[in-house]
Amino acid sequence: MNFKELAMASNKLASGHRSCAGCGFPSIVRTVMKATKKQIIVSCATGCLEVTTTIYPYTSWLTPFIHNAFENASATISGVEAAYKALKKKGKLRKDVKFLAIGGDGGTYDIGLQSLSGALERGQNFVYLCYDNEAYMNTGVQRSSATPRGANTTTTPAGKASFGKLEWKKELMQIAIAHGINYAAQASPHNLIDLYNKAEKAFNTKGPSILVVLSPCPLGWKSNTNMSVQIAKLAAETNFWPLYEYENGKYVLNYEPAKRKPIIEFFKTQGRFKHLLKNKKLLEEIQGKVDEKWSKLKKLCEEK
Amino acid sequence: MTELTGAQAASFAMKQINPEVVSAFPITPQTEIMMDFAQFVADGDVNTEFVLVESEHSAMSSAVGASAAGVRSMTATSSAGLALMFEILGVASGSRLPVVMNVVNRALSAPINIHCDHSDSMDCRDIGWIQLYSEDAQEVYDNTFIGLKLAERVKLPAMIMQDGFINSHCLQNIKLLKDAEIKNFIGKFKPKQSLLNFKKPVTIGPLELFDYYFETKRQESEAMISALEDYKIVCKSFEKMSSRKYSAVEKYKLKDADYAIVALNSVCGAVKDVVDELRINGEKVGLLKIRLFRPFPYDDVLNALKHCKRITVMDRSESFGANPPIMSEVVNSLKNAKKINSVIFGLGGREIFEDDIKNIYYNMIKNKKQERYVGCRE
Repeated sequence: MNFKELAMASNKLASGHRSCAGCGFPSIVRTVMKATKKQIIVSCATGCLEVTTTIYPYTSWLTPFIHNAFENASATISGVEAAYKALKKKGKLRKDVKFLAIGGDGGTYDIGLQSLSGALERGQNFVYLCYDNEAYMNTGVQRSSATPRGANTTTTPAGKASFGKLEWKKELMQIAIAHGINYAAQASPHNLIDLYNKAEKAFNTKGPSILVVLSPCPLGWKSNTNMSVQIAKLAAETNFWPLYEYENGKYVLNYEPAKRKPIIEFFKTQGRFKHLLKNKKLLEEIQGKVDEKWSKLKKLCEEK
Repeated sequence: MTELTGAQAASFAMKQINPEVVSAFPITPQTEIMMDFAQFVADGDVNTEFVLVESEHSAMSSAVGASAAGVRSMTATSSAGLALMFEILGVASGSRLPVVMNVVNRALSAPINIHCDHSDSMDCRDIGWIQLYSEDAQEVYDNTFIGLKLAERVKLPAMIMQDGFINSHCLQNIKLLKDAEIKNFIGKFKPKQSLLNFKKPVTIGPLELFDYYFETKRQESEAMISALEDYKIVCKSFEKMSSRKYSAVEKYKLKDADYAIVALNSVCGAVKDVVDELRINGEKVGLLKIRLFRPFPYDDVLNALKHCKRITVMDRSESFGANPPIMSEVVNSLKNAKKINSVIFGLGGREIFEDDIKNIYYNMIKNKKQERYVGCRE
């Protein structure tokens, strides 16, 4: 797959949707859906993606789509898959169908975690895609368990007595992998070929798989709308968002910066971290955590 | 005649329907239904995909997904399970998906209590589901088929209620129908649109704001109102098959009754016994049993009760700070609240005795103010 082929591949998310300029998820969702030639049914959690693509009487979805509620994209796709299996068993359906559940970080790390866990444990044959923009953007930038420590959100504002969110970001990849699934990958929209390859593997995995993709959000990150791809790239170059995958028990690192950039390079591009830039102690602490997580990941990737 | 509990009657009906998908999560006293059904799956008696989810919220979510994919989709629950599903009940009805669910009535927390009252299903009365109540196992069995057929006709989900333990766990003699008869009665489910139709990809569950939401809800409401007529048609074809005649309300010795008791579900059995006993003494009393609670058969209730001098409505659930649910609807039907009074009984499974029902009757004929609660200590 090269960029030309990727651009030419059949597109299942039409233009004309109403996501913000610079939003990360349209290219993420398109790329993921391009990674299979089979029919796809999408179950989408409540959130930015759902509200910007399904404003009645219009829809951007050129493939069957269901939105049920905020916390149940995985349970919903489980029911759809069960219906498919029942009809297939009866010989009423011959097609091979792929099932894709999508949620933002709120619908995945937080309110939808139980539903996701249940579907992973049951071994439902589906791909879960989390577009992670690190806060509840649809409701106006409130913190989620995916918000990184130090980020300014509307429920963890920086003030005289606070530097923003106090807690560290939850490790979704590790939680998903702990279910004993066969494929999990972390990806970013600055490297769509890598995302495509991972989505292709996910669709070809037997049983559940998960894609966790960083999704820049100019509104919530307080960044320039023309900078989203560069910011996503910086996330990888600073090791803030490593590109890696977990395949049948093995970790693989997909990108290693020749010299990792300091985390401040990533923070400088976004207003949500503006208040941190002069907080040397906190910056050091966060840098320490990034480096520690990176070396843990490297160790996992070196395991044979 | 076959001996079955109310729960077994429900699971046996599900077996005969043989839905493509059943989603399940255990809760007392509904669990019997799912345990039974699991055995049908294990023995190959059904070819259902059985989705054993991690909560009732996911059970209803999965049921919605399956129904949207164009197949018959069922589940069952009680009490807290129904409350946890509440959000998705509205998604099922709002998306016009004919999911069918047996509800074994149990009190809501707190305090936690596993026994029967109707606080669970009555709290869901305005969520857009057809509601059928069942006096005994026979009605559970029959209502499950009628509910399914009606749901698919009007494109709205249906719940079939039965009293926890009193009905769900008591062996009763019931008349079963043959598999072939059921197959013929329910026919094939052919929804106009489905997620599995790739020729016409559909978006289900869109965002509708002030420009369309209102019209969508109006259509849903009109579908529910039209279900009153459809219910009669479904009952007629059910009668043809089974020789069992059903209507939205059952009038028991009401024709010449001066005094009427109104109730639903299992207590109707006891009320009928009391009516029989009082009738021997020449008392002109009857029972109006409500089977169809949503849509509510206002005209049937009016016609059945308009000649009565006084009426007492027995509710097995509270509406805190207001008239309880059945009472409210009877008042709405008669538009003459003066001759109607109300009692609340049996919350959390508290027993009601025939003497209690007699007292209700004597208070009614003496025009004595009824105590709000029967069987409740000071």
